Formats: sequence, C-alpha cells, structure tokens
Amino acid sequence: MTTPWSGSTLAKAIEAFAPGSVESSAGADVWVKPDSISTVCEGLKSRPEFKFDLLSSLTAVDYIDHFEVVYHLTSLPMNASAVLKAKVGRGRTEASVPSVVPIWRGADYQEREVWDLMGIRFEGHPNHKRIMLWEGYPGHPLRKDYVTYDQSITLSIPDDATEKLGGDE
Amino acid sequence: MAVKTQPVTVNLGPQHPSTHGVFRMRVMFDGEEIVDVEPVFGYLHRGSEKLAEERTYTQIVTLTDRMDYVSSMLNNQAYILAVEKLAGIEPSPRGVWLRMIAGELQRIASHLVATGFLLQDLGALGTPLIYSMRERENILDLFEMLCGARITNSYLRPGGVFMDAPGEFWPALDRGLDDIVRSIDDLETYLSGNEIVFSRTKGTAVLPQELLINASITGPMLRASGVDWDLRHRAPYDYYDRISFERKLHTASDNYARYWVRVQEARESVNIIRQCIDQIEPGPVRPSFDDVPRLIRPPSGDAYAAIEGSKGELGFYLVSDGGIAPYRMHVRSSSLINLTLLRDMLIGGQFGDLFVTFGSVDLNMGEVDR
Repeated sequence: MTTPWSGSTLAKAIEAFAPGSVESSAGADVWVKPDSISTVCEGLKSRPEFKFDLLSSLTAVDYIDHFEVVYHLTSLPMNASAVLKAKVGRGRTEASVPSVVPIWRGADYQEREVWDLMGIRFEGHPNHKRIMLWEGYPGHPLRKDYVTYDQSITLSIPDDATEKLGGDE
Repeated sequence: MAVKTQPVTVNLGPQHPSTHGVFRMRVMFDGEEIVDVEPVFGYLHRGSEKLAEERTYTQIVTLTDRMDYVSSMLNNQAYILAVEKLAGIEPSPRGVWLRMIAGELQRIASHLVATGFLLQDLGALGTPLIYSMRERENILDLFEMLCGARITNSYLRPGGVFMDAPGEFWPALDRGLDDIVRSIDDLETYLSGNEIVFSRTKGTAVLPQELLINASITGPMLRASGVDWDLRHRAPYDYYDRISFERKLHTASDNYARYWVRVQEARESVNIIRQCIDQIEPGPVRPSFDDVPRLIRPPSGDAYAAIEGSKGELGFYLVSDGGIAPYRMHVRSSSLINLTLLRDMLIGGQFGDLFVTFGSVDLNMGEVDR
C-alpha cells in the first residue's frame, strides 16, 4: 500500500535540506514558497530519503485571491506519495512559478495545460505555448472570473412564439 | 551514388484514419526518415473540467463517460473513488464487487481495441480488428444487461452502482469469459509468434526505463519496460487487496513488448473477474438515500484518487467548497501524459513505423483533450 507522507513530517524533512522554503503544512499538504519550488523538487527527487521519481499530477486551482499549483508526487522505490502546493498570484497579479520540466519531463504537457486553461506562467518551460486552445484565444477558461459566453449576444424570443406553440387548444 | 533529399513537412490529421480520433501532428521527413514531430492537441477539447463546476457530483458521472470513451467504466470508477474519498462515503460491498467486475471487463475491451487497431495500423487490414471487436461486442452486451448502455455507461454512483445485475447476467458473464480466453488464444496463435509482427514491432521505438518514469508514463507502457508498478497491486483501491493476480512484465520496452503486455493483461483480467464472482455476496448495491443522498455536499477540502486505468494512472483531483458542485475538478489524463515521449519515440525512425509506434502508445483523444 502506498504510504502518504504527512504534511508536518514532510515539511520538517524539506526544511532540513532547504531551510526557509516551507510556508505551512496541514493534513497531507505542504505549502512551499513559489521561488524555492525548483530546489525543493530537485531534493525530493534525488535525495535517498524521498526518491520521488514520478510526478503523478500537476494542476492548479483558482481561489480568487490567489492561485494554488498542486503537485502530486509518487516514489516508486519507496511506494510513497506526497502533496506539494504553491500559492501564486496573490491579489491576481502576474501569476508565475518556476517550471519543473528540468526535473520531471512528465510536467511538460501538464504545465502547458495549466498555462492554457488557468493562466499561470511556468518560468523556464522549454515550450511555453497553449496546448488545448489556440494561440490568441481570449482569456484562460478555468479561471473563476472567465465569462463563459459572449454577453453581447442577447437571447430574444419573438412575441408570437407561445401563440404558435399552443395553437389548437 | 547517394540520392540527395530535401526535408519536407507533412501534416498528419486531424482527419486521418490512423490517428485514433482527431490527433494531429506536423512531421518533417528527410526521405523516409522522421527528423521532427510536433503534436497538435485540442481538436476534441470540450472543457469537461469547466463543465463539472456547474454540475452536481452525480451528474458529473456522465461527463467522465465521455472522456476515454473506450473505457467509460474505469473513468466512472476513478471519479467515484475521488468523490467517496472527498465526502467520506463508505461504499456497499456488492456495489464495489460489481464495479470491479465492470472495470475489469472494460479493461479487456480497451486492451482488445488497442491490439486490434495496432495490427490494423501495421497493415493487417480487417482480420485482427474483427477478432478483437467481436469480443468487445460481447462485453458491450454484458454492459447493456448491467445498465442499459453500451458505451457511455454512467453505471457507478457514489457508494456503489445504481442497479443490481439481472439474473441472466451471471451465466452470460461465465460464457463470455470462456469466449474471451478462447478469442485471445486465437489472436495470439497467429500474432504473438508471427514473423511479420516480429519484424515490424521488435526493436522499434525503444524507451529506457528511467526516461519513462521521469516522463510520468504509467500503465502497460511502463510495465513493458520491466517496472513492476500497477496501482491495483501497489496502492490497492476497492477490494483489489483481496484479489491475487500476476503482473505481466516485459523488458524489451519496444512496440512488441507493449502489445504483448496488453494481451497478457487482458488474460489476467479474466482471472480477476472469476475471483470477484467467487467473492460477491447478496446485499444492497449502494447505500440508502438517507445515508448517501442524490445531492451530496462534501465538506470543504480536496481529494486525489487514482486507479490503474487501461492506459495508466487515471486520477481525479476534486476540490469542494461545501456546495453541491465541485469547486474544481482536474483529470490526470494518462492518454495525454503518455504522449510526452512521442518525439523521442518517433524522431530518427522510419515513416512506416510512425503509426505503429503511435498505436502502441494506446491513447484516446477523448481523454487527451477532455
């Protein structure tokens, strides 16, 4: 059975090799400062006590006053899992976080997807382009303030529509 | 005298019979050799993750059917496990066994589709595809008995499944399993030792183990390189801890190994289903509506649950704000992530191997684009 690292234990273990990089921890999650994400991930991948060699999932959530990038890590040799989070774009200003593609190539398409749909930049990504939508698409649809339809189009129903439908009473 | 060539860029897809849907790539050839590949995604993007934010937890089951539409049951299972984890729902045992049976049947169907189309891409027009599609048809008939639908099943609900299997399902399943084994035997008799299949698939698109792990590639592709990583075994969900099954591994990590692992896994799924049939007991298939109402409101928080899907790790990440719809849903799509190494697999290869290699990844555009 895969053993999940608890947030507080992992936070202590991260602080041991990268002092000052952890913001907080709760449950199974550790919040890491966005600037130190590369150092932390590099350590989690290569250090013998972690060996997180597989990046299971990378995604992001829009919490309105900030965005959260979520990393789900798996260690095949230790059969362990961990959750890293990074709060970016506080106050909805320029949201960006260092790319982890140099550490795990599996982040390539996942980071492009987050950029495309959530609008978070990944500094140092080798091919920082949209993936699902085309270049020039307005906005990032998974953001909470994205308007899902063109509000300049108003729906109008002709006055005689009901009359036509219920004609033969 | 060597003939000089000039590189030429060819657009393949999105409307092309061998691109398994609407995949598109721009390929640069130098003669027969592939020098550059650029995949272009998004032709089947329907914004499922955004749509989920406006639907109740039960309604989203129908959205998951339409992601990987050749393994709907497994998508349902991954999503339901995430909901159960988020809301703390204890599922009914009979419902769990039924969804395991449905999931394993779906895995066989998905692997048969992958194998049939791989051989089709190799140029074996018709016969292998018809053999595998015939068996898949029987599985779809079994699904019709279970839930009335064949492809977009929506069979699972938080806490189990929405209805019990009818009486005639069990003898039909028993016959079906025998037929599947016989059909895989047939398929293997003329494919697994076939000289033409060997010469076309052995030694092509070889990927080293470390690279596969680094690129987050999971499922049959990873097991074809000899890594013993199957979530049903390493992180058992549902009742997989009560099942004993063999993990089929190959070490060559080429197109043949990926084909072979899928065929053997389909056999192993038959064993798993037989064990499920032995252990299933009568009882309710889902908790009562007093315990798990139709409209559930999970407490605020997030949950990630992953299963061993037919293509690899299929995960759902759900965030709840306490409302009736998820605040955010993310799908960890194995089809998309397994394409990360597409360039490494194709560049330097021959034009003739392009679609074979592409077919050996086994992707589904509904899950790539969502």
